[in-house]
Amino acid sequence: MMIEYKNVLTTCPYCGTGCGLHLQVLDGALVGVLPAKEHPIGQGGLCIKGWNAHAFVNHKDRLRTPLIRKKGELVEATWEEALKLVAEKLGVIKTKSGPDSIAILSSAKCTNEENYLLQKFARAVIGTNNIDHCARL
Amino acid sequence: MTERLTPLRQAIEQVLPQVEGVLAIKRGPGGIVAPYLFSPEHVDELEMLALWPKEPVPDTLKLIQQAHPEAKLGVVCRGCEERGIVEMFKHAQVNWDNITIIGLQCTQEEAEFCRCAKPFTVHTKTIVGKPIEGVPDPLTDGIEAMSLSEKLAFWKEEFLHCIKCYGCRNICPQCFCNICKLEDDKWVETGRLPMTNPSMYHLIRAMHMTAKCVACRECEETCPAGIPMAVQFRLINRDVREMFSYETGAKLDQKPPQLLVLEEGDYERTGLPH
Repeated sequence: MMIEYKNVLTTCPYCGTGCGLHLQVLDGALVGVLPAKEHPIGQGGLCIKGWNAHAFVNHKDRLRTPLIRKKGELVEATWEEALKLVAEKLGVIKTKSGPDSIAILSSAKCTNEENYLLQKFARAVIGTNNIDHCARL
Repeated sequence: MTERLTPLRQAIEQVLPQVEGVLAIKRGPGGIVAPYLFSPEHVDELEMLALWPKEPVPDTLKLIQQAHPEAKLGVVCRGCEERGIVEMFKHAQVNWDNITIIGLQCTQEEAEFCRCAKPFTVHTKTIVGKPIEGVPDPLTDGIEAMSLSEKLAFWKEEFLHCIKCYGCRNICPQCFCNICKLEDDKWVETGRLPMTNPSMYHLIRAMHMTAKCVACRECEETCPAGIPMAVQFRLINRDVREMFSYETGAKLDQKPPQLLVLEEGDYERTGLPH
């Protein structure tokens, strides 16, 4: 059997700093992280989260589908079902308690375009200025 | 630096037919390098072979060998990396018989960057580049020249910058314990920064590096706080050399002091405190 070992350069998914890291791939499986020495952001350093950035990828506790609580139990659902439910509930809350009863939390790891869309959604669709992101949490 | 690239490529091409892969450094996206296992099936990939910066090759070799214990592998090693593999072999972490080493000799510039005392390989006939002498280590000399209270103040300040990323432990070719004391809440408090007693983390690690550190400085290079921790290990290993005549990675058949049962007369006591 041919042995395959390579590193895939990527950006740490955890915070807005965006340190460069290598995902170590052995025979097609993700096995670890190495810092990227020449990356202009991290310059070969990582924090404890970056060093463990591979750990969640295949973790057994990782959510692989949306979950909807039905009769007190979390039940696996499709994205269509989940988004429909969220949209309905947000609509009800907005009508009943007003748009400022809703807050949106975005992420420093989203792209600029995604963050733009989310603030647009908060301001233009929901009608609130309650928008913030994880880098301040 | 580039004049070693062609001979290194030739050396790898010579070794490749006899092994299942040669571990070296490959240039990737944006020119950023990483360890890579070059295979005999894709010799053309050697176009992307790189020399610098050095990468934690011994640790990577162990990772591959643990999944493929029987595989014959080649590995491009600098002096420190070769020493790393020798020490790992002595602690049963790698299978020496299945490894073919291609010794990459460091340049003056690289040795000075690493403050390296031994920028050359000693266990292999296949060498690339011209071996050079070790260079001085002004940082260690400077710290050693400090008074006791200055040293205390210096290290306290350095350790205070630690963000407890565990990077120095993760990247170290000689840190391979199944249970790590640095993860034991009794010794190193978890979930708190700055640590209430950062010396605990660093001095435990320094003690565990005794007669193990091969001066590759991967720990210093990955430290986001720039703590010059290899200075401690260098000074501790100087004591080990004087007390036990032991040099890490130098001889394959000399047992490290931790694995010896000492009897009276086995070693000469020096004037150093025991």
